[in-house]
Amino acid sequence: MSSANRGYAGVPAWIYVVAALGGLLVLLPLGAMLARVNWGRFIPLITSESSLTALWLSLRTSAASTILCVVLGVPLALVLARGSFPGQRVLRSLVLLPLVLPPVVGGIALLYTFGRQGLLGRSLEFAGIQIAFSTTAVVLAQTFVALPFLVVSLEGALRTAGNRYEAVAATLGARPTTVLRRVTVPLVLPGLASGAVLSFARSLGEFGATLTFAGSLQGVTRTLPLEIYLQRETDADAAVALSLVLVLVAVIVVGLSRRPSRSTNLGAAP
Amino acid sequence: MSFRFSATVQSRGFEVSLALGPAETVAVLGANGAGKSTLLAVIAGLLRPDSGQADVDGKVLFDLGEAAAGGIWTAPHRRGTALLAQEPLLFPHLSALDNVAFGPRSAGLSRPASREAARHWLREVDAESLASRRPARLSGGQAQRIAIARSLAANPEILLLDEPMAALDVHAAPLLRRLLKRVLAGRRAIIVTHDVLDALMLADRIIVLDNGGIAEEGPTKEVLRKPRSPFAARLAGLNLLTGTLSGDGITSGDGLHLAGHLEDGGQAGDDGIAVFPPSAVSVFPTAAHGSPRNTLPVTITDLEPHGDQVRVRAGGLSADITPAASADLGLAPGMTVYFVIKATAVSIYPA
Repeated sequence: MSSANRGYAGVPAWIYVVAALGGLLVLLPLGAMLARVNWGRFIPLITSESSLTALWLSLRTSAASTILCVVLGVPLALVLARGSFPGQRVLRSLVLLPLVLPPVVGGIALLYTFGRQGLLGRSLEFAGIQIAFSTTAVVLAQTFVALPFLVVSLEGALRTAGNRYEAVAATLGARPTTVLRRVTVPLVLPGLASGAVLSFARSLGEFGATLTFAGSLQGVTRTLPLEIYLQRETDADAAVALSLVLVLVAVIVVGLSRRPSRSTNLGAAP
Repeated sequence: MSFRFSATVQSRGFEVSLALGPAETVAVLGANGAGKSTLLAVIAGLLRPDSGQADVDGKVLFDLGEAAAGGIWTAPHRRGTALLAQEPLLFPHLSALDNVAFGPRSAGLSRPASREAARHWLREVDAESLASRRPARLSGGQAQRIAIARSLAANPEILLLDEPMAALDVHAAPLLRRLLKRVLAGRRAIIVTHDVLDALMLADRIIVLDNGGIAEEGPTKEVLRKPRSPFAARLAGLNLLTGTLSGDGITSGDGLHLAGHLEDGGQAGDDGIAVFPPSAVSVFPTAAHGSPRNTLPVTITDLEPHGDQVRVRAGGLSADITPAASADLGLAPGMTVYFVIKATAVSIYPA
């Protein structure tokens, strides 16, 4: 890996210039924000009661929606990668829809499903369950937008791994559930982990669907991004300080997902 | 107590039926695309045939009628047909020991009991010292040995081997072949191979597949001594010519006449096969030399090294000559030469 004897890269010099522009577009705004941080008030601002409440709510709801993403996303990815049934391709496109949908639209869709006048909301209300504008709604909104991240990441890992190990396991007498638990999941664990981390990050940053479907009640539905948006109106320093906290959390999360995978040595059979 | 199998897979033009005794090892040979892997996949339950039946010791593996209606289809994990592929496919996240323990554990044994069974099978393949290694830290030959132990530990009713030596280097293959000979003794197994040595050492019987059907089958030595299909002849390193028997030899479809000694008393006019080794063929630039009865005009298609000889391929036949002779004659692909075959070296028998 020493730079002295690298192989031919085949990258024209001007590509580096354009790439640098692209890098700047991401890094410059972060730097500008960093320059605006009021360091004297930083600690008091991020430890204020409303900030801590929002941060705690964000972490709790994001953890819950990540778990929900894993529970629902693993079977979905398996069915999309390994199953064969009519409408499979259509289902794949539809499941990925939240990736490209404006979150506000997702929030409206959720509202007309689980809201008081919604498709399921009416029946749920009879059962005494009210979802909209509750912490549950926050988790649902975050799961809605984050699920595709897990499904895409895991489906890719499943396709790369192929199903030859599973075939061998089956001929050795393992039931399908045993094969899933002892072969498939361990083989795609790196893909599953990075998918879960991405889902967590997306949940943490979720704003539009949450605001539309869950509102902004302090301690109940006002997550950190909503708190930042609210503070921006009244106290720019607070908004900047909290934004920095989110950037830090995001950097940690991305760092975790980019960690080199363990020596499981997928695909590269000796 | 036996294994009976017949199946058709229309999309691959596959139609095969075969049977195995309780402790019989059969080698399945054939060109690429002949249906060897399809055969193993159907037996293992990884590919569903269009129709057919199979049972092993009274247990039905599948029974699918001609009609599309239901039928019986036993899931792969209930068949007892362990599959050993070209690559070892050891589970990369498990140690060698836990790989071998996978089958017993799946059969319901406790973790300690399954590991105990795994140790036994690792000893069987002389790999006990590798027990704690991860597959990434095993050589190709070691990994395939562990994979064999893993297949045996599952206690299969039929062991299916899909070219188990093909991915190994030349040093690892002989060791593994000896190991397989030891562990396959007294077991029912089907081994798909390209290598005549595998068939000779490991199998009681040979089945030659061609175009999705059985072209030839019989006891290994019999098939190699008297091949009836071009593939088996090539395998045995023999030239093969099919045609019609005549009084003193055989006449091929395109009019070539070959004299030789008739075995097994065929009648003139019957279909027949002539077999002779490439070493019995001499190459001449003109037709004037040698026995006038067995001179075949041919066009050279290929020259290739064969041991310390040069193998001359022409018109579907081969001749082995010395490099010096090849140079003297100035042989090259495209040249027309005459293959001269000693009549005493040609065995002819009814097809």
